[in-house]
Amino acid sequence: MTRSFDIVVVGAGPAGIAAACAAAEQGRRVALLDDNPAPGGQIWRGPSTAHRDAVSRAKERWLHRLQQNPAITSLHGCRVFDVPGDGLLAAEQNGQRVDLRYSKVVLATGARELFLPFPGWTLPGVYGAGGLQAMVKAGLPVRDQRVVVAGSGPLLLAVAAYLRETGARVSAVCEQASWRSLLRFGASIAHTSRLWQAAGYRWRTRGTPFHAGCWPVAAHGGKTLESVTLSNGTRQWTVPCDLLACGFHLVPNTELASLLGCTLQQGFVTVDALQQTLIANVFCAGEPTGIGGLELSLAEGEVAGLAAAGAIRAAQARIPRRDRLRAFAAQLAVTFALRQELHSLSKADTIVCRCEDVTWRTVSQYTGWRAAKLQTRCGMGPCQGRICGSALNFLLEWSPDSVRPPIFPVSIASLAGPTASAPAELSAIQEN
Amino acid sequence: MAARDAIVIGAGIVGAACAAELAHAGLRVTLLEQAQPGTDATAAGMGHIVVMDDSPAQLALTHLSRQLWDNLAPSLPDTVEFDRCGTLWIAQDEEEMAEVHRKHATYGAAGVETEILDAAGLHAAEPNLAAGLAGGLLVPGDAVLYPPVAARFLVERAVASSAKFLADTPVASAQNHTVTLRDGSSLHADVIVNAAGASAGQLTPGLPIRKRKGHLVITDRYPGFCRHQLIELGYLKSAHSVSADSVAFNLQPRRTGQMLLGSSRQYTDESSAVDGRIVQAMIERAEHYAPGIGALSALRIWTGFRAATPDKLPLIGPSLADASVWLATGHEGLGITTSLATARLLADQLLGRPSPIAAEPYLPARFENAQKTGAHD
Repeated sequence: MTRSFDIVVVGAGPAGIAAACAAAEQGRRVALLDDNPAPGGQIWRGPSTAHRDAVSRAKERWLHRLQQNPAITSLHGCRVFDVPGDGLLAAEQNGQRVDLRYSKVVLATGARELFLPFPGWTLPGVYGAGGLQAMVKAGLPVRDQRVVVAGSGPLLLAVAAYLRETGARVSAVCEQASWRSLLRFGASIAHTSRLWQAAGYRWRTRGTPFHAGCWPVAAHGGKTLESVTLSNGTRQWTVPCDLLACGFHLVPNTELASLLGCTLQQGFVTVDALQQTLIANVFCAGEPTGIGGLELSLAEGEVAGLAAAGAIRAAQARIPRRDRLRAFAAQLAVTFALRQELHSLSKADTIVCRCEDVTWRTVSQYTGWRAAKLQTRCGMGPCQGRICGSALNFLLEWSPDSVRPPIFPVSIASLAGPTASAPAELSAIQEN
Repeated sequence: MAARDAIVIGAGIVGAACAAELAHAGLRVTLLEQAQPGTDATAAGMGHIVVMDDSPAQLALTHLSRQLWDNLAPSLPDTVEFDRCGTLWIAQDEEEMAEVHRKHATYGAAGVETEILDAAGLHAAEPNLAAGLAGGLLVPGDAVLYPPVAARFLVERAVASSAKFLADTPVASAQNHTVTLRDGSSLHADVIVNAAGASAGQLTPGLPIRKRKGHLVITDRYPGFCRHQLIELGYLKSAHSVSADSVAFNLQPRRTGQMLLGSSRQYTDESSAVDGRIVQAMIERAEHYAPGIGALSALRIWTGFRAATPDKLPLIGPSLADASVWLATGHEGLGITTSLATARLLADQLLGRPSPIAAEPYLPARFENAQKTGAHD
């Protein structure tokens, strides 16, 4: 089946929702697709908690705006895996292939957590920080569970606050960035609502020790997690826990941008003032252009949606605000830059590639990603190297391989083509 | 015999095998690789060790090579994933069953064990194949392996025999006992072996080699979905062609439980991009033979280029124009299988040793007249 739209927005997180609303309000027919069962992305996933903060208020406002608009077709559980032709995306929805024809496309594919392998990180009970939050929202019970939240980035406090409110006993929050970086960051946002937001999270996690300049070095346990060893560079100590929520900030999802031929610089998609990539008719907004959080994603999404809809003046009017928010994003990158010590987190026996069970000892003897992949199958499993590839990009500074379709695993039947297509040209190329 | 110097260009499986063989024989060998071992066509291929009988010369070469792999098998590390799963040639109808019987006789005459399966036997051997197929021919001695690791293993054997290996060392030219590297430096040797696969013609102009593109799909892990390397006998029809695009059903079980799904052959497409039309045709062919395969998950697709010659036999021996340049290329889709026999024949010629099979059918000189008259471009 092939469906046609003026504008296809890939990713229904804040950037995608903002882009879809902005474009649809200009009278365009918009498809908003996402592999999750509901719009909201990672940050607005699942039901809101009782606590009404700026994030949940923005969520209600935008989801309402989205649902009000009949010009937006939401395609849930839908994942783009290939670009079969100009102006065409191939997606899989509920196991069926759907092809989407567009005049303009907005990539709002978001970001994923960076996981760094350390001894014990594959034990049951160790999750990503955002990952654990998503699991809890999906029904994982955490009441009275002892949780350590560790890694890096503003997400840690938000996750800790959420876990506390769902009944977990958060015994420590560990941020690898130093107090010095955090205080400088605090000063830079002192005049904004963000400081209040951070203070709010800290208030909601009061009573939980917050360690800056601190990171996990090993997780321990027999069948499941029992404790985690933390380090501050001079001292190590071990904290008993049932769950470890651990993520080292975010890496952008740029696979589809790469497949479309967009230019990437230092891992992020290059866009102009109107969020247009160097490829005609392809726009990009949110984390793939630079990790900047909710407000920047919304602002970029609006600019992209308006520009894609041809409402250039309206888009331009929103540029100054977006650019102010970008300054904050630049601060984020500096503040939460990963420290050198994390390069030595992996030990010889530490599994780096969970899909293919490849250890640090095995993979680190190669000089580059391609040879390591071919010789060890590192990154060749179902996650297609999204986890270990990003880790090795940090640990060994290996640049990622070229992106090939399918960018997600899909059924072989979907790979073959749209379901209601004309019969394949098999007879034409099969010889007699 | 005095030790001589040899430079082998290309650490794909063929170059790696040649370097290992020559070094083992006592030559001072330098192996040059533009990237890393086994990263080009070697990595793109299926890794099927198979006896083929398109021609008597192909049968002799593949059979010898399979014996050499059998000899080597006990030394192969586990990571090479050598698995003697056998090949199962599938016959759709009575016409193709006649081909099964012909093949059975030909293989038998050459001393290759085979077993004819009727429809029930085929179904018992491979329950996921479609109903209504006529039967098949099982070749139990055929095997599969994981080519990039096999190539690296052969490089390591060469190095263990005192060969020098230089990775990430692209070659600019190779003639008259001199190899000039891309960085401008040069190396000298009595013999230069051009084992640069589909790129061999860039170093030795005028080779009758064309790039023949192929596509492969790899699945997630489904242990037991198929148990043998499955090939439709229609493959013979498509592989025989030297011009048109074609697809054929070819499914390989990996030791990991994954499967490789092929195959395609195209001459006209020089781009490495995945061609959706070809993938579609390949998959529809696969669904015809294994109806349940559409529901399985595919992880990746890739393409590669085979080095194809007009008579589908490799070039093994001295080049025509330059007595210092020898060739070990043109293996088309059989480079993994025939790498070891290629190395043996090459070394035998260089060292004046007797060979287990006649070397003539593979000598580059067989194209001498054709090249003079420009019959091959």
